[in-house]
Amino acid sequence: MTEMLDLTVVQAHEAMAAGELSAAEYAGAWAEAAAGDELNAYLWRPEDGATGVESPSIAPVAVKDIFCTEGVPTTAGSRILEGYRPPYTATAVRKLIEAGAPILGKLNMDEFAMGSSNENSAYGPVLNPWDRGRVPGGSSGGSAAAVAGGLAPWAIGTDTGGSIRQPASLCGIVGLKPTYGAISRYGMIAFASSLDQCGPLTRDVADAALLLSILQGRDPCDSTSVGLPEAPRLPEGEDLKGLRFAVPAELARDAIEPGVREVFEATLATIERLGGEIAEAPLPHAEHGISAYYVIAPAEASSNLARYDGVRYGMRAESSGDVIEMYEATRAAGFGPEVKRRIMLGTYALSSGYYDAYYGQAQKVRTKIAGDFTAAFEDFDFVVTPTSPSVAFGLGEKTGDPLAMYLNDFFTVPMSLAGIPAISIPAGLAEPAGGGPRLPVGFQLAAPAFGEQKLLDAAHALEQAIGFEAHPSGAPYVPMDGIKRTGNGEAGDG
Amino acid sequence: MAGELSGILEHVDRIAGLDLEDVPPTSHVVELENVLRKDEPHESLDRDTSLGQAPDPVDGAFRVPSPQAEG
Repeated sequence: MTEMLDLTVVQAHEAMAAGELSAAEYAGAWAEAAAGDELNAYLWRPEDGATGVESPSIAPVAVKDIFCTEGVPTTAGSRILEGYRPPYTATAVRKLIEAGAPILGKLNMDEFAMGSSNENSAYGPVLNPWDRGRVPGGSSGGSAAAVAGGLAPWAIGTDTGGSIRQPASLCGIVGLKPTYGAISRYGMIAFASSLDQCGPLTRDVADAALLLSILQGRDPCDSTSVGLPEAPRLPEGEDLKGLRFAVPAELARDAIEPGVREVFEATLATIERLGGEIAEAPLPHAEHGISAYYVIAPAEASSNLARYDGVRYGMRAESSGDVIEMYEATRAAGFGPEVKRRIMLGTYALSSGYYDAYYGQAQKVRTKIAGDFTAAFEDFDFVVTPTSPSVAFGLGEKTGDPLAMYLNDFFTVPMSLAGIPAISIPAGLAEPAGGGPRLPVGFQLAAPAFGEQKLLDAAHALEQAIGFEAHPSGAPYVPMDGIKRTGNGEAGDG
Repeated sequence: MAGELSGILEHVDRIAGLDLEDVPPTSHVVELENVLRKDEPHESLDRDTSLGQAPDPVDGAFRVPSPQAEG
């Protein structure tokens, strides 16, 4: 059984096609693995293993708890949706079920996808499978930990400012944020609607391509969905000849942990060895990404989250007064501190007298950031950065300082604001700044809008050359360099 | 929380000084044409299902505390 779980999904499907592996047996083995979750990655699993299809034909999938799933608890990591069982299923999940993928379960996340460490979940933090004293990243922390920790063969998550790429980076797996509009968001609980996008978290780039090919497409139920010009095929190619990679000229190398910087530079050298060309390109406005993002995203969130009022679904707090008091009591009891912080920031930024200075200005910065990328892509095929300035940090390390937490998104936010696709692939291991066993480092590649195929091909070639052994599964978890973790509670030196 | 919010706004204020007077704002990154669907009836959730998740459904409606406070 362990051997079966060591396969990537593409390999498992090949074995199924060759008649060497039964899809039902494979799904059963994964359900059993998921049942051994000690990372708090799952918020819900079906009692009878996996659900959604009678006879599976492809690998089972684990789903971030932000996707409405008919009859299945869907909380978005929030108390305010405790007990909510949606009467309909998100298009992304429906497509997976229709493709023959059983649903393994619903995955933990930062409340309403607001966070970079998964510590904002109302249902407790997710632990990083590489070191249980550290965070898995966020907000798709459950998705990343489940795939890295051998609790799911692949998973879907959402990315608003880095919520797929950053946890993928911190957990040593692949995470892809597709072009804005590539995948339907119908039934995906809204956080910041001009930014939110669904995407795959997988063991390797080929699996990401396969999952994207199932998920993408226009959906009449989501007017912002456009799909991709062509369904992605499995990535090909072993070199990067003729391709040009831009490193932002303003890349704040000082803000990057030394170990992460080392892996980043080594990856640039690998690109050159594969025939790729590297040069600096100016992206002068990218440094303002965090400022613009933390106006735009909270502003949109403050509007989207107005719907949680204790009337139509979700929890209602006891109150003795009138309907306004009921709203207030429900929202006070139902939302966690980070959500409240963002609602306050958002309503402030949108309030009369401040609108132009904050929201209006942030939207203009957004134009400039998108323009920087457009200019860079005239000369380059890709823009590359580290995915995150650090490896996984300790649980509780940054919870007291929201701004420090926000700066985790420094390298991922600009692509979100520009709406372009970006992928994080594991590039190596690095020692944390404070010392300790080495942890995964992600390398981010971004491409022009709808350039997913080229992005996947290049990421695949690079991944093959790096040779990061990203496929350990189940416990015990054995990363490539032999740092053994028992996976049964004894792990975690941090 | 006031201190935290001030710290965040201070960081955000860095964009206040940028000269962006003639720059158009971006609200949507992908060019979209407006398309109208055909006005055809289709199935939607029935009333019981729609009310099924409400904390206090009654007589086919959502019940809330009276807008006029009791006390």
